[in-house]
Amino acid sequence: MKKGNNIIKKFTKEKYKYGFTTDVHTDIIDKGLNEDVIRLISFKKEEPEWLLEFRLKAYRHWLTLEMPTWAHLTIPPIDYQAISYYADPRQKKKGPKSMDEVDPELLKTFNKLGIPLEEQLALSGMAVDAVMDSVSVKTTFKEALLDKGIIFCSFSEAVREHPDLIKKYLGSVVGYRDNFFAALNSAVFSDGSFVYIPKGVRCPMELSTYFRINAANTGQFERTLIVADDDSYVSYLEGCTAPMRDENQLHAAIVEITVHDRAEVKYSTVQNWYPGDAEGKGGVFNFVTKRGNCKGVNSKLSWTQVETGSAITWKYPSCILTGDNSSAEFYSVAVTNNYQQADTGTKMIHLGNNTKSTIISKGISAGHSQNSYRGLVRVAEKTVGARNYSQCDSLLLGDKCGAHTFPYMDVHNETAVVEHEATTSKISEDQLFYCNQRGIKTEDAIGLIVNGYAKEVINKLPMEFAVEAQKLLAVSLEGSVG
Amino acid sequence: MLEIKDLHASINGKEILKGINLVVKPGEVHAIMGPNGSGKSTLSSVLVGNPAFEVTKGSISFYGKDLMQLSPEDRSHEGIFLSFQYPVEIPGVSMVNFMRAAVNEQRKYRNQLPLSASEFLKLMRDKRAVVEMDNKLANRSVNEGFSGGEKKRNEIFQMAMLEPRLSILDETDSGLDIDALRIVAQGVNTLKSAETSTIVITHYQRLLDYIKPDIVHVLYNGRIVKTAGPELALQLEDRGYDWIKEEVAE
Repeated sequence: MKKGNNIIKKFTKEKYKYGFTTDVHTDIIDKGLNEDVIRLISFKKEEPEWLLEFRLKAYRHWLTLEMPTWAHLTIPPIDYQAISYYADPRQKKKGPKSMDEVDPELLKTFNKLGIPLEEQLALSGMAVDAVMDSVSVKTTFKEALLDKGIIFCSFSEAVREHPDLIKKYLGSVVGYRDNFFAALNSAVFSDGSFVYIPKGVRCPMELSTYFRINAANTGQFERTLIVADDDSYVSYLEGCTAPMRDENQLHAAIVEITVHDRAEVKYSTVQNWYPGDAEGKGGVFNFVTKRGNCKGVNSKLSWTQVETGSAITWKYPSCILTGDNSSAEFYSVAVTNNYQQADTGTKMIHLGNNTKSTIISKGISAGHSQNSYRGLVRVAEKTVGARNYSQCDSLLLGDKCGAHTFPYMDVHNETAVVEHEATTSKISEDQLFYCNQRGIKTEDAIGLIVNGYAKEVINKLPMEFAVEAQKLLAVSLEGSVG
Repeated sequence: MLEIKDLHASINGKEILKGINLVVKPGEVHAIMGPNGSGKSTLSSVLVGNPAFEVTKGSISFYGKDLMQLSPEDRSHEGIFLSFQYPVEIPGVSMVNFMRAAVNEQRKYRNQLPLSASEFLKLMRDKRAVVEMDNKLANRSVNEGFSGGEKKRNEIFQMAMLEPRLSILDETDSGLDIDALRIVAQGVNTLKSAETSTIVITHYQRLLDYIKPDIVHVLYNGRIVKTAGPELALQLEDRGYDWIKEEVAE
């Protein structure tokens, strides 16, 4: 089959579309990490004392920790002193009041990324918080949402305007002691989004945050905090890209979600950080802690993620099912190509009675990449009637990549019903040739097959995102089989 | 239209075709028969450009174009269709999406605009009728969970959708019961015209009762060793291949 492999190998490799850089004056603090740096970040952000204390406690705890090594990843040593922890691409003036005040270069950047920040140009039904490097550049539709009592703003603004809410919820789901990267983030986090949906309100539009790394040798450490009060609903989207750089860039974020009685939160991610080049040089290290607490009775949380970017992904969007009858879902497509590595999955912690969780994970590996699913389903001793269904599928393209599944089940109550299904399949030369014979080019055939395979997850995304995600899947895998 | 000259082909270094010469004109139906391992399926694979096979010598031209220079998908766009002996399953890809991609790629090659969703669905409906294919099958994933007969019927359905100038039926009769055979053959006959040609590869006379060949070839040991009219197929049915092998040996 030598010739067949050649045919498949020779696809042109599509370049990473978002790899450009923006030339703006960026206020970057010196590289390095110590208490003074943390004080400086806090000072620049004009933070209250209690938040600085939170950061310092986190930092001191982080110093006692070692980087975790249990993931199925080969992570080169990271020099935390060689990174700058704060980069502000805005001009000296304080947060822009209107579009006229946002640097046109920044607007252009987000336009180029397909995220227009002018409200009249924006996708109808979607409000965006645009974050570049360490700061939020602009949040659209803020006022319109506030009419309904919905708070959607940058994290920094929330600290200023809604300190009580931040004090109450910051670190309540992911404490700074949670893990190495959570401690690091808690110490140096810069910006991110804050969402509060008041009681009984159904958020009328999709809320989204678009994260962009621009500056070189900086890390991005954002924090997203979402609170859905009783009987509310919100759908939230997250997108991310970064320029192509030969050095690795560190991204260590935290997302915390609290879902109160009968509320529902849908959180969707299309993660497309720069994955590195075909030889595995450069790319973003994506070490993220995402967790939601279904605190209220009958509350509902669903995570949907399409992960195509990053050189290394370490990410387990999880749910703590505290409230009785609460339910959680995790839908994931993780694609790795070339030398990318992903160790991703979820944790479903059943504490409340009659709680229900669903896990659908689709891994796609190509090139020399390694793709692992790691999931934990835990049912506490006193939890009655918990139910979990997990399905973990792996699709392999080529014979140099790896797919791994690490499901953990930790069930302490005999009324629980926990199911796990797993499959591994491969796109065969025969399938591709069959498509060719019908006039479909190999790359289009791969697109068809991969999208068919991932359909179950893609269908969970809001429509605009689903279309993007479909294209992204095909592009990420170009030049992949062989 | 199709002219094969001194075609040699091998797989993994082993020569299977050892000098095939064949001319197929518009409107003709050729049957290629022969014992197992004679190279029949290799010939069909080579015609559609299966990369598993290497052409070591010879030429194939199709309406004046050198086929060897065309990718498998462009051969398809030029109007060559293979009904596979073992159609492969493609889980997750619906027949509708699959056919839409195939039809629109062909249209693109011919500088035609893609069909609208409603035009396409109408085409699907019309062509499904040719092989009496159930709507349910059309909504399933490509060949997934299809019975042997359904798979073959699906091949002819795709042939109807793509309207090829040359159809190659590789053992389309294998695994078919008599009713399915009749439907498949009827489908093929309906699609036949004075401009289109068909190559039927088969072990048995059975299919040729339904699809009447103009010319019958016997392929043996990588060469066409006998060519005659439809009566040859009947002779083979009666006497088997041994007498041909003996003739060749002499």
